[in-house]
Amino acid sequence: MVLLPFDAVVREHGAVVLRVCRSMLAVHDADDAWSETFLSALDAYPSLPHDANVEAWLVTIARRKCIDLIRASGRRAVTVERMPETASVLGLPEESAERSASADRVARAVSALPPRQRQAVTYHHLGGLKYQEVADLVGGSADAVRRAAADGIRALRKTMEAER
Amino acid sequence: MTATNKPDGDLARLHERLAHDAETRALIDVAYRTIDSPVGPLLVAASRHGLVRVAYQSEGFDGVLQTMADRISPRVLHAPARLDGAARELDEYFSGRRTSFDLPLDFALTRGFRAEVQRLLPTIAYGDTASYAELARAAGRPRAFRAVGSACATNPLPVVVPCHRVLRADGTLGGYVGGVEAKRTLLDLEASS
Repeated sequence: MVLLPFDAVVREHGAVVLRVCRSMLAVHDADDAWSETFLSALDAYPSLPHDANVEAWLVTIARRKCIDLIRASGRRAVTVERMPETASVLGLPEESAERSASADRVARAVSALPPRQRQAVTYHHLGGLKYQEVADLVGGSADAVRRAAADGIRALRKTMEAER
Repeated sequence: MTATNKPDGDLARLHERLAHDAETRALIDVAYRTIDSPVGPLLVAASRHGLVRVAYQSEGFDGVLQTMADRISPRVLHAPARLDGAARELDEYFSGRRTSFDLPLDFALTRGFRAEVQRLLPTIAYGDTASYAELARAAGRPRAFRAVGSACATNPLPVVVPCHRVLRADGTLGGYVGGVEAKRTLLDLEASS
C-alpha cells in the first residue's frame, strides 16, 4: 500500500467529512471545520501509517475541529481528554446511495435543530459522549442535556416522518 | 478515484478554498493543474523549487500524480495558482509568441545521465533540431545515443524541456512521449512561427 496523492483523499472523503461537520455545526462553521480538518490532515499526511483507515482518521480530526470551534465560539472551555471511540454511522463509503442520501437528510435535520438540542443530539447520540460529558462541554446540567437530547430526537423523528 | 458525492458545488468551493489556505500555510509540496493545448490536455505540476512535471494525457494523469506522491511527497494538491506562470508561458508558446521558457525547473524526477541529457535539451534552439547522436556527442558520450533516446523518452518536462527537437539521424521523427502526432505538431508550430 502506498499513500495516495492528498488530492485523491480530499475527493474520496470530502463528502463524509462535510456530513460529520454539518451534523455538529451550523453550515458556515461546518465549512470552517471542514477546511481546518483537511489542513491538519495535509500537514500530518506524510507520516500517516500506510495501512491506516484514512476515513476514520479524518472523522476523528473533524470531530476534534468541530469541538474546537464550539469552544472558541464562547462556550465554557472544558478539556475533553479523549475523543469518543464510537464509529461514525454517517456516510460510510460502502453504503448504498440511498442510505447515504438518508444520512444527508438526517444531517440536515440535525443542523436545523435549536442549538441546545443540536449539541445534545450530536455529542450524545452521534459523538457517543455521556450526558455529563456533554454538560461539561456545553454548560448546564446533565439532566438539562438529557431533556434537550430527548426533545431533539422527538423533533428529528417528526421532521423525518414529515419528509417521508 | 473520483468519489464526489452530492453537495458537488459545496465540495468544489471548499476544495478551492483548501488549496488557497494550504498554499498560504506552505503545506503543499506538489501543486498541479491541467491546461488545454493544441496537443491535448496537459498536466503541469510544481514543487517548492519549480516546475517538476509536464504530462500528456496519454501518460495517465492519475499515475503521474501517484508517482509524484511516491517520489516527491504525498502532499499533492490541485492548486492552480502556483502554476499561473507556467500556464501563461505555455499559452504564449502554443500561440507562437514565445520561443523559450523562463521558469524555474526542478529535475527531482530524473537523475544520472538522463538528467544530464535533459539539461542539455534547452540548448537546441527553437525551430532547430538535433539528432540523438549529436546530443550524445554534446553530452560527452558519443556512443551513448541509445541512452540519449531513453533520456528523451523519460523527460519529465516535455514541451518546456524540448525533447521534441531531437530526431533520428536520417531526419525521421523517432518516438515521443506524447506520441508522434504531438511531436509533429510542436515542430510544425516552431517552423511556422
